[in-house]
Amino acid sequence: MEWEVVIGLETHTQLKTNTKIFSGASIKYGAEPNTQACEVSIALPGVLPVLNKEAVQCAIKFGLAINAHIAPRSVFARKNYFYPDLPKGYQISQFELPVVGKGAVTIQVPAVGKNAAYEKVVNITRAHLEEDAGKSVHGAVEGMSGIDLNRAGTPLLEIVTEPDMRSAAEAVAYAKKLHELVQWIGICDGNMQEGSFRCDVNVSVRPKGTEKLGTRREIKNLNSFKFMTQAIEYETRWQIETLEDGGTIQQATVLFNPDTGETRSMRSKEEANDYRYFPDPDLLPLVISEADKAAVKATMPELPEAMKARFEAQYALSSYDANALTTSRDLANYFVATVDAGADAKQSANWVMGTLAAKLNAADTSITDSPINAQQLAQLLKRIGDNTISNNAAKQVFEALWNAEGSVDDIIAAKGLKQESDSGAIEAIIDEVLAANAAMVEEFKAGKEKAFNALVGQAMKASKGKANPAQVNDILKKKLS
Amino acid sequence: MINSSLKQLGEMLQAKKISSVELTQTFLDRIQQYNPSINAYIALDEGKTLAQAKAADALIAAGNAAPLTGIPIAQKDIFCAKGWQTTCGSKMLANFIAPYDAHIITQFDAAGAVNLGKTNMDEFAMGSSNETSYFGGVKNPWSFDRVPGGSSGGSAAAVAARLCAAATGTDTGGSIRQPASLCGFTGLKPTYGAVSRYGMIAFASSLDQAGPMAKSAEDCALMMNVMAGFDERDSTSLNREKEDYTRDLSKPLQGLKVGLPKEYFSEGLDASVGKVIEAAIAEYKKLGAEIVDISLPNTGLSIPVYYVLAPAEASSNLSRYDGVRYGHRAAEYTDLMDMYNKSRAEGFGAEVKRRILIGTYVLSAGYYDAYYLKAQQIRRLIAQDFVEAFKKCDVIMGPAAPSTAFKAGEKVDDPVAMYLQDIYTISTNLAGLPGMSIPAGFAQSDDGVSLPVGLQIIGNYFDEARMLNVAHQYQQVTDWHERMPELVLPKEVK
Repeated sequence: MEWEVVIGLETHTQLKTNTKIFSGASIKYGAEPNTQACEVSIALPGVLPVLNKEAVQCAIKFGLAINAHIAPRSVFARKNYFYPDLPKGYQISQFELPVVGKGAVTIQVPAVGKNAAYEKVVNITRAHLEEDAGKSVHGAVEGMSGIDLNRAGTPLLEIVTEPDMRSAAEAVAYAKKLHELVQWIGICDGNMQEGSFRCDVNVSVRPKGTEKLGTRREIKNLNSFKFMTQAIEYETRWQIETLEDGGTIQQATVLFNPDTGETRSMRSKEEANDYRYFPDPDLLPLVISEADKAAVKATMPELPEAMKARFEAQYALSSYDANALTTSRDLANYFVATVDAGADAKQSANWVMGTLAAKLNAADTSITDSPINAQQLAQLLKRIGDNTISNNAAKQVFEALWNAEGSVDDIIAAKGLKQESDSGAIEAIIDEVLAANAAMVEEFKAGKEKAFNALVGQAMKASKGKANPAQVNDILKKKLS
Repeated sequence: MINSSLKQLGEMLQAKKISSVELTQTFLDRIQQYNPSINAYIALDEGKTLAQAKAADALIAAGNAAPLTGIPIAQKDIFCAKGWQTTCGSKMLANFIAPYDAHIITQFDAAGAVNLGKTNMDEFAMGSSNETSYFGGVKNPWSFDRVPGGSSGGSAAAVAARLCAAATGTDTGGSIRQPASLCGFTGLKPTYGAVSRYGMIAFASSLDQAGPMAKSAEDCALMMNVMAGFDERDSTSLNREKEDYTRDLSKPLQGLKVGLPKEYFSEGLDASVGKVIEAAIAEYKKLGAEIVDISLPNTGLSIPVYYVLAPAEASSNLSRYDGVRYGHRAAEYTDLMDMYNKSRAEGFGAEVKRRILIGTYVLSAGYYDAYYLKAQQIRRLIAQDFVEAFKKCDVIMGPAAPSTAFKAGEKVDDPVAMYLQDIYTISTNLAGLPGMSIPAGFAQSDDGVSLPVGLQIIGNYFDEARMLNVAHQYQQVTDWHERMPELVLPKEVK
């Protein structure tokens, strides 16, 4: 039987606010335990929550970015359960009436093997505001568990999709797109190591061609795209094998172990809590007016979709190039800065996405930390454009720029990479080459096209690579015709 | 002096006829004398109290006195006060020293008032007799074998026995008004949202409201001037302009329309209490009030609705008492679950556990719609009853409690009988309306003891100034509010 995997994601996005969602405590990462735990964070008797308006603005931004319905009235609810890092014994979240309703995200699924790349729309069910819990710290004190409440009350936007994804590749493409989008609109720093962007993945399988959803298992807290791929692939195989062996899938929450590459059940449905959700009487319903939305909209950057369309029109880029350049705001900004500094758009796109991206990737560096800035790259591209250097020489200049060996022109001069474009000088070189390679000339005249390339090679070699290859081509053609 | 009004005390202090230290010491001495019998206070700290009195005297000397500067006020032990043991009447918090001040504590401090001590109360404000307190019951100063009412029983006894100049209380279902009725003084539960709940330990968040407990309406007005007002730390606090609650005290009552809900005078009301209320109404007629018959048809549903909603909120509000960060933790336990179970089993009393169980039940999957949601719908109907009633009248009057003070132990094993103590007060909490109880006379008990009876006045939203006016005018022509119990100490304490 052929199986189909069905995947839905719930993503906890930590919002980039100054303070916690219901108190004035700082949310800075990495502080000494419990130094960012005010009386509200500790849930002292008598304290009350006050909603952080910044967090609401983040939610509105996200709703606008995915063209979602933004609820004019949404309600905070208490999710009741006991856990040592949950100081109030309940989490303030949203349940029946979330702030952001249905929306959609368009993803680009990259080519895998012989399957070509394609575009897909993933529907967003909802996104709601909630507070994060604290952290249990085991082993810091011998034989004891400690509680760090610095994180308790950190604002989160939980973004839930429909079960629209059909492969690990689609799930990861969605997660990456979302990761880029929340950073693009400035609501999340995207730092996955620090837990700013965490995904829970619901996986089920069903016979291909059937409608009914299989029983799902939820893989909790994936904090890297690599783990997400591994976890989904393992979980999918496990579910298919279980069913094929005549077993059944029990609804469960599972954890992925990166060391073994396996998922393992944390708790079954029977062990699941009854959270006893009810509207939080300490908080008024969250009311968002059209004017509130308009005010937030005015602060929003151009969205990736719009920028992509603009790049295609303004710079005559292909849809593929425009899409690739708008995967992150920093990348897009770098590209625009390169073009603004006088470089050719198409050439800038090629270099930014090609040589530069490869180099950054190899060095595990982000574009904002690139040793070569947009102005330098533009200068380099201009020197290709005005025939000062060849493409080959440009690669050497690029390497030298990366190593901070000076300005583009200084490097060209120091390395003697300036291209020979004087036709008299090139003609002299070619004459010498033709004289020294009579056999090749004969071969060419006898119809062997390859011999022409060999002669070009000889001429380039004779010029120590400095001759303008286009001129070499032209002159050689003339001489041989 | 102990029977002087807050206004008189303020004038004496500012005229330097007496110092705050002297006044405070007078009350501390009375507390030392009578509190061992009455048990009105849980925590006393003479050092802190007298330091505040000294500071108040300095303010007065510098000419910076406000109306309550230097006046000793008792604080219900539900309010966090920095450096003070703050127990909420529970073993769970018996070891808890609050590291911060509740909003109203800050307000009283800013007004230069003196914190006299923390008063006894039913555990987590759950009770109508003060018998659920971990720190023991409180004696009704009018009859030591009777309860003071609850949950603000300690504040009530302290005001009645003149062990403070005035006190604070909280009222979730009647916890200011019922004890005011049973102990014979003036208590006001303001409109929901008028006084910040920040730092007031939550029982049922959508119903809890702090208010003054004092000898007279005028005293309550002065207390409200300090307590009420917007606080951005409480999202349910209403952002209204600060008002002077004394502004209308002296207005005549000519033409005042008083609504009498027939449901408040039906079965369940003790006949002797009914008589006192009728006499008080007659007095109001003399003052020029016009009596209007009204109906609050859903009154009978208020207790069942309340005992779904209040426990539901309480079950969640009390989840934070888990033994992890503060409060009681069991001495021995095998694992996390065992620690939770033992700490909570040991830390909470029977009534609190009963309400946590009820609340957990009504919020559970499969029961939520039938209980919690249905109760919320009926709550709106109850509020609507009042909207209709206030189209016909300016204030509503009736009894504050169905009987006079009952004997300790009498209802302790019958929760429903205890819950019925709040039959006339709970509706106003559900509707969010202000209500008060004022001394209206005395009724004779079966065993021949004369016990105070309170008249309840319910006003429209934010109509406290008018209610205080209505109460004050009555107190100009009656002296019930000036009556003081004769405190007879048991021999061994003397």
